[in-house]
Amino acid sequence: MNAAFRISGAGRLSQAKTASFSFDDKPYIGIEGDTLASALLANGVHLVGRSFKYHRPRGFLSAGAEEPNALVQIVRDDARKTPNVRATVQELYDGLTANSQNRWPSLAFDVGAVNDIASPMFSAGFYYKTFMWPKWAWKDLYEPKIRAAAGLGVSPDKPDPDHYAARYAHCEVLVLGGGAAGIAAALAAAETGVRVIVADEQAEFGGSLRFESGARIDGQDGYAWAQAAIAKLKVMDNVRVLSRTTAFGYYAQNFVGLVERVSDHLKSPGRELARERLWQVRAKRVVIATGAIERHMVFANNDRPGVMLASAARTYLNHYGVAVGRNIGVYTANDSAYAAAIDLKKAGINIAAIVDLRDNPAGPVIDEARALGIEINFGRAVVSAGGKLRVSSMSVQPKNGGGERTIPVDAILMSAGWTPSVHLFSQSRGKVAFNDETKRFVPGTYAQDCVSVGACNGTDGLAASVDEAYAAGAKAAKEADGKVGKGAKPKVDAGENWSRGMLGAAPGAGPGTTVKAFVDFQNDVTAKDIRQAVHEGMHSIEHVKRFTTNGMATDQGKTSNMHGLAIAAETLGKPIPQVGLTTFRAPYTPVTFGSIVGHARGALFDPTRRTATHGWAASQGAVFEDVGHWKRAWYFPKAGEDMHAAVDRECVTVRKAAGLFDASTLGKIEVVGPDAAKFMELLYTNPWEKLETGRCRYGIMLREDGFIYDDGVVGRLAPDRFHVTTTTGGAPRVMNHMEDYLQTEFPHLNVWLTSITEQWAVIAVQGPKSRDIIAPLVEGIDMSDEAMPHMSVREGKICGVPTRLFRMSFTGERGFEVNVPADYGEAVWEALWAEGQKHGATAYGTETMHVLRAEKGYIIVGQDTDGTVTPNDAGLDWAVGKKKTDFVGIRGLTRPDLVAKGRKQLVGLKTKDPKVVLEEGAQIVADPKQAIPMKMIGHVTSSYWSENCSRSIALALVAGGRDRMGQTLYVPMPNGTIEVEVTGMVFVDEKGERLNG
Amino acid sequence: MLLIRCPYCEEERPELEFRNAGEAHIARPTNIAAESDDDFEKFFFIRANPKGVVYERWRHIHGCARFFNAVRDTVTDRFVMTYKAGEPKPAKLPGASK
Ligand SMILES: [Zn+2]
Repeated sequence: MNAAFRISGAGRLSQAKTASFSFDDKPYIGIEGDTLASALLANGVHLVGRSFKYHRPRGFLSAGAEEPNALVQIVRDDARKTPNVRATVQELYDGLTANSQNRWPSLAFDVGAVNDIASPMFSAGFYYKTFMWPKWAWKDLYEPKIRAAAGLGVSPDKPDPDHYAARYAHCEVLVLGGGAAGIAAALAAAETGVRVIVADEQAEFGGSLRFESGARIDGQDGYAWAQAAIAKLKVMDNVRVLSRTTAFGYYAQNFVGLVERVSDHLKSPGRELARERLWQVRAKRVVIATGAIERHMVFANNDRPGVMLASAARTYLNHYGVAVGRNIGVYTANDSAYAAAIDLKKAGINIAAIVDLRDNPAGPVIDEARALGIEINFGRAVVSAGGKLRVSSMSVQPKNGGGERTIPVDAILMSAGWTPSVHLFSQSRGKVAFNDETKRFVPGTYAQDCVSVGACNGTDGLAASVDEAYAAGAKAAKEADGKVGKGAKPKVDAGENWSRGMLGAAPGAGPGTTVKAFVDFQNDVTAKDIRQAVHEGMHSIEHVKRFTTNGMATDQGKTSNMHGLAIAAETLGKPIPQVGLTTFRAPYTPVTFGSIVGHARGALFDPTRRTATHGWAASQGAVFEDVGHWKRAWYFPKAGEDMHAAVDRECVTVRKAAGLFDASTLGKIEVVGPDAAKFMELLYTNPWEKLETGRCRYGIMLREDGFIYDDGVVGRLAPDRFHVTTTTGGAPRVMNHMEDYLQTEFPHLNVWLTSITEQWAVIAVQGPKSRDIIAPLVEGIDMSDEAMPHMSVREGKICGVPTRLFRMSFTGERGFEVNVPADYGEAVWEALWAEGQKHGATAYGTETMHVLRAEKGYIIVGQDTDGTVTPNDAGLDWAVGKKKTDFVGIRGLTRPDLVAKGRKQLVGLKTKDPKVVLEEGAQIVADPKQAIPMKMIGHVTSSYWSENCSRSIALALVAGGRDRMGQTLYVPMPNGTIEVEVTGMVFVDEKGERLNG
Repeated sequence: MLLIRCPYCEEERPELEFRNAGEAHIARPTNIAAESDDDFEKFFFIRANPKGVVYERWRHIHGCARFFNAVRDTVTDRFVMTYKAGEPKPAKLPGASK
């Protein structure tokens, strides 16, 4: 059974293939190939939404992507509730469920419509003026209320279960838009053999040929020609044809973003199908063939459901076989609306009257309309639409005023002319130019290797558009690849041709009137609002736009920008080009977050780096923490232990017996070459030339300004080979810093730098039993104190695999760091663990590492320093080579501020109450009784409970800190002020005897 | 995404492979320790930051890893040309805007 407004014999859809769907829980029948809009219209449904601000009833304005009104929520399941879908774009599938938005309790009776009655309160700039004061109320009171009342759709409250694909593509010629011009350009380019991509946002190619009923190309109906041409292109190896694909952004150097809607039109898309696919295309040449968008007439109540663009009504008839009414009025300022009236009249629909603002237009469409017996009124205006939930009449007056006549209608088709779609051209940074004769902005100066063709270029007429596009396609291919085709240009036998029209408010909505004549339907901006903005001092179109929000909705003003600009220009008394066009920005139409994010979500959001012992640690119940991309074992709780208990046990065990710690994440760089020592002299503050092979040194790296950049232990493996370690977080930037100096400032040095972080697994074995644990597994290395003192490095074998064995300590205990090739890391760890068990060793994580080093006053760059700390500030002056004449940072260190008195210096802090653990980052004052704001003299950088000391310990940066030893300072906290004593930084074994203990 | 020509790889590669490294043609003084405070300030802290054509350093960090110099127009974001580290500032720019 056909729906009531489906016209048999009209349209291109097979009426036999039905699809059932629901809108606001009411069931309907559509047919395959419908959009949700055409299917609802076939059932006589025009009322589909409530407007954003005034909650006015709204219907369909358009039949395409420019739709401002008919936004609905498409619901597949709990997680798939897509809001703000344009019903004019959503393809129908069997079982589709759609709901209207922004209404309560129902679409026909919406409480929020009181805003319409109270609308004098809600004029332009209302939000800025009304909700300014008091300041606190915005967040707590106004914003939640406004958001609830002026909503669009509801976002789903579950994670998006769909997946989104992404592809990169390269081509010689990218054609954007698949109407007659786009197809002609693609044919011309494809025939040369170059790689061509042609994309169109619709399900089927053809553009305006969908509604242009008289078009004939190469002897066939225009739409049929388009399908044949696309079929031909699809089978060519060098051509990619993308339908349902919107070019949303045009970026630098012909980089264009496209979104392909892969499965939103399917009844039950399989999991193997992505929902959408993002295409990032780099094209040598781009042909823009994006057509033009019809403008509405700006008159009172032009937003009533049933009032729509003439070309939309024509599309619904000629493509979908749907009449948008039975008794239709037409209001126009140009010829194109006549074609809609003629097509509908021929399909048996009554045309109540054509109202034409022009005084005496002449031409074949006017003659044809007259011959069909349609009433035509020249020099007249529709000054108001009657009806509320659906248009019921139009009031017609002579355009300069006079007697009013009311004509009953159930739809009004309007056309104020056509606006070239220069969005993508403008995004490419091209400059538009105003054509004063046709009152249009058209592409002017190009910034990239692209060309606009057809209606988007202001080219009028099908024949001229196809000619221009075909030539441009051939030229683009030739410029991109020097190739020439030998195909034949499509021949347009018949096609329509019109331009002109009007901009701005129509009679009855001009200056001095207060009627609701909408310019921007989606943001509820009227002609009066724009005039008011100018009167209130907004003289730039960018200010008018922001003050009124004209063109700022999700439709980006596709139908409203030119009207708004014309009204502003008229009010300012300036010509349009002097007022200027607002900037077009990506995206052309809304793009889902999913398509931008693609697969980069969940576990794939960010890379994860795991060390060789990760699996072992996980099996031991380690709790991990994120350090950059690394997962590091944080602590190893035993049954019943919380973090504190585990860390306390680990800390005590390391100092009593031993501990094993995975230090593999430390950055490691090999500095090799005849000038390696010279290079090290320049990059670190310390002297290196005299460091013996087999010995290690703690090195400090500065930036040129004299501040600490990184630190780490460096071992000399050979006269020309250093094994450098860096902080975990600093590894990439230290490598970059070294490469920078080597390549650009010291290129005369014969040195190679190699990152070896991933190549070596590092197992720290620390504690009095450390040597006993390692020694049985080592071959070829004498580990006695005489042969291998603290701060030395040896190469040999452990467990049969090569090792670089460092004797070094970040705990203050006798300690070693066993470097082995990463592939052997886990096996060597397990062997060491087995030995360790014999000596009561523990595995420990990063938290214990932090506590143990703090007990010894060893700093962590980036925690105890912050990019404003010098070696002297950190108490590390001993590591700066006093006799050196050059190193990076040497001059920075002598800057006046860096040698001034009273700089913040690292010191230790002990709370007077040993049980109180300070908060890291807490501020320190000298006098807790002073007035707020207090003078802060420093802050806590590190703070822990130390089970070994049976008290809390802390490090802090304090102004003049080393002169304050023994002083009492104060840490004001929300729950009271904490008293602390300034101490040295070493809390355990001040003399350092345990290093050999 | 911009395409940047690496003068060492001798091809255009996507911006993702590169990292900016600040203004070019600022040489570290050979006897830096002897610089006056004013001269050190000029060398380390002061940058021209003009609108329009800038000379800057880039690194092909996810490619050949080399540092090189580039001339870029900050108004159009267009790379006018690139050249190897150590080469002098080009006397004449090919097709530079304004
Ligand atoms: Zn390169």
